[in-house]
Amino acid sequence: MIINHFFPQFMHKDTGGKLLLSLLALITIIVVTFNFLVAESSAWHMPTYMVTLLGKYLCLALLAIALDLVWGYCGILSLGHAAFFALGGYAMGMYLMRQIGDRGVYGNPELPDFMVFLNWSELPWYWYGFESFAFTALMILLVPGLLAYVFGWMTFRSRVTGVYLSIMTQALTYALMLAFFRNEMGLGGNNGLTDFKDILGFSLQSDGTRIVIFSLSALALAMGYIASRFIVESKLGKTVVAIRDAELRTRFIGYKVENFKLWIFVFSAMLAGVAGALYVPQVGIINPGEFSPLNSIELAIWVAIGGRGTLFGAVIGALLVNYAKTYFTGALPEFWLFALGTLFIVSTLYLPKGIVGLFERFQNKTSENKLEEKTA
Amino acid sequence: MKFISLKKNLSLHLLYLILSMIFVSNVNAKNIVSIDASEQSTDVTQSSHAQLEKLIPQLQVKNFKKKIASVKQLADIKNPQNITILEALLDSRLYYQKADKSVVIIQKKDNQYEIFSPLDNSKIGLVEKKTIKKITTNNKLRKTIRTLLAQKKVSHTDLIIRQAALKEILTSSDASLLPVLQQAKTNESDDSQKELLTLAIALIEVDSKDRSTRLSAIKILGNSVFPRAKGKLEQVLMTNEQGSFIEQDKDIIKASQKALKRIDSKLSLFSNLETLFFGLSLGSVLLLAAIGLSITFGVMGVINMAHGELIMLGAYTTYLVQQAMPNDIGLSLIVAIPAAFIVSGLFGIAIERGVIRHLYGRPLETLLATFGISLLLQQMVRTLISAQNVPVITPSWLSGSLVFNPAFAITYNRIYIFFFALMVFASLMLILKKTSLGLQVRAVAQNRSMATAMGIKTQWVDSLTFGLGSGVAGVAGVALSQLTNVGPNLGQAYIIDSFMVVVFGGVENLWGTLVAAMTLGITNKFLEPWAGAVMSKIIVLIFLIIFIQKRPNGLFPQKGRSSGGH
Amino acid sequence: MNSFSQMQDKVRDVLRRDRTFNHTIVEEDVFLQGTHSVHHNTLDASHGPVLYLEDVSVSFDGFKALNELSLYIDDGELRCIIGPNGAGKTTMMDVITGKTRPDTGLVYFGQTMDLTQMAEHDIAIAGIGRKFQKPTIFPEHSVWENLELAMKTDKGVWHTLFTVLTSEQKDRIEEVMLIIGLQELCYARADLLSHGQKQWLEIGMLLMQDPRVLLVDEPVAGMTHQEMDRTAELLTSLAGKHSVVVVEHDMDFVRSIASQVTVLHEGSVLAEGTMDEVQNNQKVIEVYLGE
Repeated sequence: MIINHFFPQFMHKDTGGKLLLSLLALITIIVVTFNFLVAESSAWHMPTYMVTLLGKYLCLALLAIALDLVWGYCGILSLGHAAFFALGGYAMGMYLMRQIGDRGVYGNPELPDFMVFLNWSELPWYWYGFESFAFTALMILLVPGLLAYVFGWMTFRSRVTGVYLSIMTQALTYALMLAFFRNEMGLGGNNGLTDFKDILGFSLQSDGTRIVIFSLSALALAMGYIASRFIVESKLGKTVVAIRDAELRTRFIGYKVENFKLWIFVFSAMLAGVAGALYVPQVGIINPGEFSPLNSIELAIWVAIGGRGTLFGAVIGALLVNYAKTYFTGALPEFWLFALGTLFIVSTLYLPKGIVGLFERFQNKTSENKLEEKTA
Repeated sequence: MKFISLKKNLSLHLLYLILSMIFVSNVNAKNIVSIDASEQSTDVTQSSHAQLEKLIPQLQVKNFKKKIASVKQLADIKNPQNITILEALLDSRLYYQKADKSVVIIQKKDNQYEIFSPLDNSKIGLVEKKTIKKITTNNKLRKTIRTLLAQKKVSHTDLIIRQAALKEILTSSDASLLPVLQQAKTNESDDSQKELLTLAIALIEVDSKDRSTRLSAIKILGNSVFPRAKGKLEQVLMTNEQGSFIEQDKDIIKASQKALKRIDSKLSLFSNLETLFFGLSLGSVLLLAAIGLSITFGVMGVINMAHGELIMLGAYTTYLVQQAMPNDIGLSLIVAIPAAFIVSGLFGIAIERGVIRHLYGRPLETLLATFGISLLLQQMVRTLISAQNVPVITPSWLSGSLVFNPAFAITYNRIYIFFFALMVFASLMLILKKTSLGLQVRAVAQNRSMATAMGIKTQWVDSLTFGLGSGVAGVAGVALSQLTNVGPNLGQAYIIDSFMVVVFGGVENLWGTLVAAMTLGITNKFLEPWAGAVMSKIIVLIFLIIFIQKRPNGLFPQKGRSSGGH
Repeated sequence: MNSFSQMQDKVRDVLRRDRTFNHTIVEEDVFLQGTHSVHHNTLDASHGPVLYLEDVSVSFDGFKALNELSLYIDDGELRCIIGPNGAGKTTMMDVITGKTRPDTGLVYFGQTMDLTQMAEHDIAIAGIGRKFQKPTIFPEHSVWENLELAMKTDKGVWHTLFTVLTSEQKDRIEEVMLIIGLQELCYARADLLSHGQKQWLEIGMLLMQDPRVLLVDEPVAGMTHQEMDRTAELLTSLAGKHSVVVVEHDMDFVRSIASQVTVLHEGSVLAEGTMDEVQNNQKVIEVYLGE
């Protein structure tokens, strides 16, 4: 990689990461070939709903990476990360709403259906600009980033840490959820934004568009992973871990701790925003339920299950838990909350380092055994 | 240990005793408004009965003049049954049977009619429509009856009937009743009734011809917060299409405007008072929900995300207790309080023993694990009981409201919850300050290792403290079951608010929790009229988020010397 | 007796003020202004003490942790501070490093830097390093990384994101590693070190910061005699180039390094002088040996 020219050590020891990136490339190729190039009648054809489902998982994995950055590395357990995800999603949703144009039920070329329904006469000011994709792309980064900046600036400066911070973030997402539920907010209220037609002129229903969005999700996950890996391997990453382990010490050797926290928090929020933006066109809807505190806390459990502070552990956790969720809610809906609840307890009590930690322990044991064999 | 629990039990018993005393005394104080005349056991003399028998058939005559005369005679008889008959006639429920021309009172039942004797209300039988015929009335007759009835009722010996009659008159204010009302006023002995009569008279006299009578009537109306008084004044001040007053007399307009202003300022005072009470009752709910958390989070430093579900369990315990004793709903609520305390307390102890104990010193993990527990408890209730809300019955002594005046009334459940919350708070204070358990809890909270060294079984204290906090959550659940829907999601609605209250008040500080809960409750309710319920909640949340940044230790921080090193 | 001690206090007060007076009135020295940057954040220790605390009081809930404490540390001095528990030693360090803000009093670094107005990290960057009582290192980082993080360099966010160690910096880390004797444990995780090694690592981190003043809180707790001797050697070698303030309970250790000793008691200075003078001071004996 080119990056290694400047930073020769980058990803040198990150076997898990290399594996993950290769797998992502492989899956993308497989999905594209088996959905796009194999005839629909063939047994090898991959149905589009499966592609979309996979794409959704990849977005959630990116969200998990975002949380792992702040929680696993910086020790900030944000219980409001779903809020950044949802804000990115809403930004994308607003763009997609504007793309509907006069094809809505009421056929108003300017106003989305729900505004016509509410007898609004003109578009609220904050909807301006969302007809442009470039502007939307900017907002997907800027809106979550700005919220994270304002919240983080206040919080980190006044040194709110630990569970206090977690509760604050939870209150934040809760307040946002309540706000977005209101019709007066001008973002679709209860129902949120839905009935999207197309993106950049391509129909969202077509297989081709779905494959492209899937590939983009895979790319975003890969890029997000590489960027995050770069950060945690840099001196900034070490500083952030240092803050997690001994905040006062870090302060007393001259680091302005709040700036570091703020930086990583904002970056993470933007990452979450991107994940949300890619998620929305694939599921076809964004509603205030995405802000629910339950979502954020569930997200924490993906990361905990996979293994905090490893990045690829977060990806594994997100994929596993979400696959289990899809499976259980389909097959045994009653069982899912029991399973999730148990997962919370088991992972905190018995798997402090998650699956990755378990695997590492196993690996260490076998290598020790080998060493013993050699010496014997 | 035994001693501690005994003491704890004692104070709890005391709490229940006080509670039940208050509840019972209130049951007695309740007065049920009813105007069922048949229950009146006044001395029905033989003669009045005979008079009734003689007069009733005369109501059938076709001539309205004669009918009016009979009605007047009927009204003069000293027999309470005449009210029933006149009311029936007014409501077109007085019929006669075609077969024997006997007069009956009817009651429609499905497609048939039940008929009753006008003499003593006894049921005669069930008949077809075609066998009976209505006794007709005309406007004049109806007016006469109405006046006669009003006259009889407003001067009735039973205060309750007088009150009800006046209430009815006040909603219609029939000018023809003026002499009746004036006469009733001179005979009236009850003060509040007299006041209402004055008002009723004033409502009529506003439209009188005499200018000075009108002015004094307007003045009287200005002192009342009765909705009709305001309406009447607004009527006087009506304007035509050009915007000028229909009323010509300038002094009358001026006086009316002044009186209206008076009413408005009074009404706004009462509405503020009402908001204050709403705020206090919301604050009490918050206090109940948060106070258990204040113990587990504040004193022990344990984040318990399942706290809301412990509240929910308390509410479900109430439901189950009511199911177990369906005939004693009133009592069931009092039984539910200790039951919920025990159920939630035991669950709390189980949670502490099973999970939290292994996670001391790892607050973030505790947060996640207890959240898992909250999911388990929710699903457990869904599976074992129902995913739907369950009906919890409100006992009669909790329904209804305390009416101060027509513009200001507080429902009893709000009053009860306020005092209940204060009582729970006071008992917790007592337990923490006066019992040896409380002493040990405080010792462990301040210095765990020193407490251990002094022979306190810290693990036991932890469990009991947690059980206490959880038990209080259960008690909160009992109270909440009377205010909101009881369903598996009950707890989730309160958990964030509860944490906010505890953090706002400053942890380790029960007084802080009290002040914080009341402040937030009142603020919320005062914001509601102009911001809406959801928006005011959002505003309060945002305010709290910003407040915590400014004062991370809450309203009443515990200041202390930082121990070196970290 | 009482009035006598009051008078004594007042006399001391006057003397203190005199001393302050000398330092706060900066003589206009054109030449010095030329060489020293007038920039606010550079240290101007051209006149006397590099660090001084003047009438500093701190109270927690009515308990006076520091009671009008005045203390002056000269440039390049090695000063030991002793005192019974609760005398205010740690609070004093907290005040200097910005962790605790004094209720009243002045805390200056050099002539111009008002430490009460500066954030902890700014104080650290300005040149005051601190070792905590309980060794505080980054447990999940290697020894090397611990030293790398402490190194004196641009500590801004963006710089740390893209920075790569230069060979001079690597040399500096290796040099310090040699001083603290941990070169063999270079890649070991710091939490695997022994207590004494952690103390050394923390001192090493202090050295990487290259501070003007080192505040060292109980550096030899948990150390063997051998390690203690080495620490003493190290601290004395640092004096001269840096000012070193050592808070220590171990009297032998203090005796082995100190030229100047300050005794704190109930938040203010009880006595000051050489170890012998202090040990023979009647008041000190009373405080240490009881009534």
